Amino acid sequence: MHELGVTQNIVAIVGEAAKGRRVTRVTLEVGKLSGVMGDAIAFCFDVIAKDAGLDGATLEILEIDGRACCEICGLEFYAETLFAPCPCGSHRLRRISGEELIVKSIEMAEAA
Amino acid sequence: MCGHCGCGDETAATVLNLETGKQRTVKRNEREHDHAHAHGHLHHHDQSHSHDHDCRHEHGHADGARHEHSLSHVHGGAPPADQVLTLEAQVLAKNDAIAERNRAWLKGREILTLNLVSSPGAGKTTLLERTIRDLRDELGLCVVEGDQATARDGERIRAAGAPVVQVNTGAGCHLDAEMVARGLRELKPLPGAVVMIENVGNLICPALFDLGERAKIVILSVTEGDDKPLKYPHMFKAAELMVLNKMDLLPYVDFDPARALANALQVNPSIGSIRLSARTGEGLDAWYGWLRDERARVRDLAFT
Repeated sequence: MHELGVTQNIVAIVGEAAKGRRVTRVTLEVGKLSGVMGDAIAFCFDVIAKDAGLDGATLEILEIDGRACCEICGLEFYAETLFAPCPCGSHRLRRISGEELIVKSIEMAEAA
Repeated sequence: MCGHCGCGDETAATVLNLETGKQRTVKRNEREHDHAHAHGHLHHHDQSHSHDHDCRHEHGHADGARHEHSLSHVHGGAPPADQVLTLEAQVLAKNDAIAERNRAWLKGREILTLNLVSSPGAGKTTLLERTIRDLRDELGLCVVEGDQATARDGERIRAAGAPVVQVNTGAGCHLDAEMVARGLRELKPLPGAVVMIENVGNLICPALFDLGERAKIVILSVTEGDDKPLKYPHMFKAAELMVLNKMDLLPYVDFDPARALANALQVNPSIGSIRLSARTGEGLDAWYGWLRDERARVRDLAFT
């Protein structure tokens, strides 16, 4: 699912923040319900990083579990899918986590 | 290349104005300047400021997470061998910012903009052709037509009688907000118009990319499976309305419209639904009624 385009955005964000310094690690948060597959991003990252001066940077992907809060009974629960109902049967849910797609941090070798 | 849908963009997207025949390439700043201007719009980079052009996403965190800005704390303290820079940057912030700009532009002009999504072959173009023929003068319909390649659908829309701009996404599998911005610039919709964005036929990728539309409409035809809302939940969750098309073929297929709606409601309890056949005209009144109501709402809401 469009992970190439998503990864290009990631590399652009990292490149702008690094300002030419050598990036050694990129940490991403990817929600399990975000519709984006971490494996596919990792695959694309290897390809794109080379062209964008991030050669050698390690990509760390933190997968975030899906959690939702039921708007009917107020229960907070793990949601394995976007449409997993609350144990009370309700589908009226507020998503608490699981849809993240965030460049959390980067690590850089100290610039000269 | 994306392992799921073949999405990529070595081939640049293009915008073709079918009225004038003029074609442009959708250029993206981060590719022109590599990483220097990743935000991709008019922006003189100032090392000391804090990126307020994308603040909705880069600074505003719904979860209230503490946020140290990347540019403000790289100095100071004895630097370790490696420096950690906290970014908390939303990956799709740039697309979302352009989408919001599109939305504000459209809202101020009281233009109703709808993003039509479906699998390939569900009948998006046929529904648009029919709608244009019936409501062109009443609603001021015009179309941003998205396809990976060719202007075939754009030509069909033009033949039906509506102004249209064809966006070809090249290797891309969905329209994004920048492509739509360029499309609108060519289309120049008049105040009060109704702009239909026909997305690339794909039930996966377009769900993630806000274009600045008022609503997504997902079209599901009865020749598909009635379990598609569960198989492609992101799209049905993002849509406000599900149009069940090709109802004239229902006697010949196993599709159960009630089951399709029940499945869609599981994913999205507030989704609306309309059953119709763009070919025979059955059910179009409900669709036209929905369009009229939405347009009235957009006119009421401008500048609120």
